[in-house]
Amino acid sequence: MFTSPIGHLIAKSPDPVLNRRGFLLVSAAAAGSGLALGIMVPGNGGAARAATAGTDTAVFNPFVRITPDNKVIVISKHLDKGQGAATGLATLVAEELDADWAQMQVEFAPANVALYANSAFGVQGTGGSSAIANSYLQYRKAGAAARAMLVSAAAAKWGVPAAGITVSKGSVTDGTNTATLGDLAEAASKRSVPAEPVLKDAKDFVFIGKSFPRLDSKAKTTAQPVFTQDVHLPDMVTAVVARSPRFGGKVTSFDTAAAKKIAGVVDVVQIPQGVAVLATSTWAAIQGREVLKVTWDDSAAEMRSTAALVTDYKKLAGTTGASVRKVGNAAAGLATAVKTIDAEFVFPFLAHAPMEPLNCVMQLKDAACTVWTGSQLQTVDQNITAAILGLRPEDVAINTLWAGGSFGRRGVYNSDYIAETAALVKAYGKPVPVKIVWTREDDIKGGYYRPMVVHHVKAGVTADGTIAGWQHRIVTQSIMAGTAFEAMAVKDGIDGTSIEGAGDSPYAIPNCEVELHSPKSGVPPLWWRSVGHSHTAYVMESVIDELATLAGKDPVEFRLGLLEKHPRHQGVLKLAAEKAGWGKAAAAPGVGRGVAVHESFNSFVAQVADVRIVDGKPKVDRVVCAVDCGVAVNPDNIAAQMQGGIGYGLGAILHSKITLKDGLVEQSNFDGYQVLRFDEMPEVDVYIVPSAEAPTGVGEPGVPPIGPAVSNAIAALTGKRIRELPFDLHKFEAARET
Amino acid sequence: MTKLIINGRNVEVTSGPDTPLLWVARDELKLTGAKFGCGAAQCGACTMFADGQPVRSCITPVSAVAGQKITTPEGLEGKVAAAVRAAWQKHDVAQCGYCQSGQIMAAVALLTGKPAPDAPAINEAMSPYLCRCATYARIRTAINSAADALRA
Repeated sequence: MFTSPIGHLIAKSPDPVLNRRGFLLVSAAAAGSGLALGIMVPGNGGAARAATAGTDTAVFNPFVRITPDNKVIVISKHLDKGQGAATGLATLVAEELDADWAQMQVEFAPANVALYANSAFGVQGTGGSSAIANSYLQYRKAGAAARAMLVSAAAAKWGVPAAGITVSKGSVTDGTNTATLGDLAEAASKRSVPAEPVLKDAKDFVFIGKSFPRLDSKAKTTAQPVFTQDVHLPDMVTAVVARSPRFGGKVTSFDTAAAKKIAGVVDVVQIPQGVAVLATSTWAAIQGREVLKVTWDDSAAEMRSTAALVTDYKKLAGTTGASVRKVGNAAAGLATAVKTIDAEFVFPFLAHAPMEPLNCVMQLKDAACTVWTGSQLQTVDQNITAAILGLRPEDVAINTLWAGGSFGRRGVYNSDYIAETAALVKAYGKPVPVKIVWTREDDIKGGYYRPMVVHHVKAGVTADGTIAGWQHRIVTQSIMAGTAFEAMAVKDGIDGTSIEGAGDSPYAIPNCEVELHSPKSGVPPLWWRSVGHSHTAYVMESVIDELATLAGKDPVEFRLGLLEKHPRHQGVLKLAAEKAGWGKAAAAPGVGRGVAVHESFNSFVAQVADVRIVDGKPKVDRVVCAVDCGVAVNPDNIAAQMQGGIGYGLGAILHSKITLKDGLVEQSNFDGYQVLRFDEMPEVDVYIVPSAEAPTGVGEPGVPPIGPAVSNAIAALTGKRIRELPFDLHKFEAARET
Repeated sequence: MTKLIINGRNVEVTSGPDTPLLWVARDELKLTGAKFGCGAAQCGACTMFADGQPVRSCITPVSAVAGQKITTPEGLEGKVAAAVRAAWQKHDVAQCGYCQSGQIMAAVALLTGKPAPDAPAINEAMSPYLCRCATYARIRTAINSAADALRA
């Protein structure tokens, strides 16, 4: 039975009958707690068998199952790494099914691209703030189809016309007879599936637009073992890997003697990614790696320091790049300017640093592979694992688990941490489960960063305060080039993720030229929450703000004038300004107020930040945030994502940087790689623009505006424009008192 | 062998005396409520109580807490813990949830010692606990909400 609110603990069963179904499901509660706690016990006899999905649930479609004890199980094709996608998808099903929220549960889908592709990508995966956007109709239709089948079954059972049957809060009735969804589930699942299920009119919504609590809250507040890090399987060995300290370094030789003397170390194995120490416990593996001696061949490694990279990037920014946008003539326009800006921006590499360091459990047994991890790109992970192990993709079963954060790090074009686990499973050669654990140091030093970026912008205003011209060069590594996503994301040598938010800026800027340089480095880059927008919004909104100042115009009015053809940008900007009291009441003495507006992932966000300087550092007191993400499926989760996005972005802008010294990463843990702490979190007020447009994402769009809003507030307060990040590189003086 | 009193039970563990309490609990006892976040006492995800005081179990050798009463997040109980968990659920604090075991331990420790903490006291108690989802604002709300509930 599914006694846990989340039946997420999935183990592949050795039972061939169950294998055909794909899974054996063991609820957290069924597996017990306390000292006897053991989750995921394959072949756990009668108890586990009683909990199998295949024996007692009615399958309506790939997204909806209903148990005889009246639980509605929504199969989430998306990883939930905190962003709330699982609860969102359950909301869509509950809406059309007319279920009761208390009966809703969610499980993660197996890797099956035919059933569970993200329509935004064409593969099964989560990212680009696309979960609700690409599932909105699909999951509603799944719920509506199940509802129609339940009504049809009730009509047959009671001998009444279907038209007279209603469903509300999980109760089916014709006025005389009453049944639960569970009562009817088995018969209903055998009814014919409606080709085009009828969806509700928005005015009849009872779930969408309300805020139902997260389905994972209880498990996550009662210490339930829901994460990959919590997986323990019989005979499992745990491994940590010694990887090259420099990106691109290779193992020359290694000496295992000392490592093998550590109690608990069972083997030391070379893999293409480095040298793995396998042990009966995580601590033994870590201890073993401490004393493992490896020499590295750095002949192909990245040896540069950050300073050298910045110099190289700045030099490139002085030369003509690939043309991204060309409107009019920037140089000719700038020649008419009476006031100009010539600004160089420098953004550091950033680690994602999710709270749960990377990890993956994998078992290769009888020519079949089972994976347990917070998989974010299941199709890619499945294909790459299969290729490494010499299997067919369908022989690789992925049990997606709740992820302790990701921010992009768990979805990797080359499945780095999963591929490394596959390589280790293969090299180790034993049919036992192998769990790879990354330490925090591995995570911080491990690459796959938001790439370093240099922007160079020359812009100016004419005597009448309009923009005269804008010349903009961006220098950054391409994330997509050389990956399976290149064809989708790189056009004419321009990686869309390098220029998004700048090359397609909505501002009506005459004489605008944007160019891109895409230098290579040995440091592997990756999408980091909001990807290119994490730097382009900062540059666009900083420069626009400064131009408003040069033009002697109000920053909000100046923006609105440049956004006349973009009503949704205007909408959030006006809403945030109004709620913040922009222009009406002056900010309190010593407080600077700044604004930014940015579209990312088809959602529109404006933020107004109130900032003080305290002990030489910026302190953000309050952020007013307005968001337009179309239909608001779960307003409280939208607010949570805006709050979280603001906190994530603010930590990076204030503190975070990864730097290299002779190719070695200089940070190693949260002491060197600083992130936002509790006492730095501003008060955040979120306002949602009412909308009937199709829903768009909220996981990332809260991030881009916070940096420039804070930067613009500091400029308003001190006159100082910050162009090199993070802010910790700079000293701030208290406000000029007037 | 080290003797521990963990969540009210007497156990003998075979992990070496220098093994951090975190790994003894997680790997040997399969008590996975306390999380591995940094291994260096910098994030607070591994927080347990030793004789009622919060400790960073990732840097605490198991031998150092022999004979002390250890509470892991699984073993957290009592009026304050119940109020804190209820407040966490009411305000949907958790996003990814990985740090929340530690946050809840910290909040329980705070409210146990200081039933009506003011904002600076909450800042001081909670700032050593990292949350990359930045659920900080809701943590603050939930702590205040739990404090109110406990006074009611």
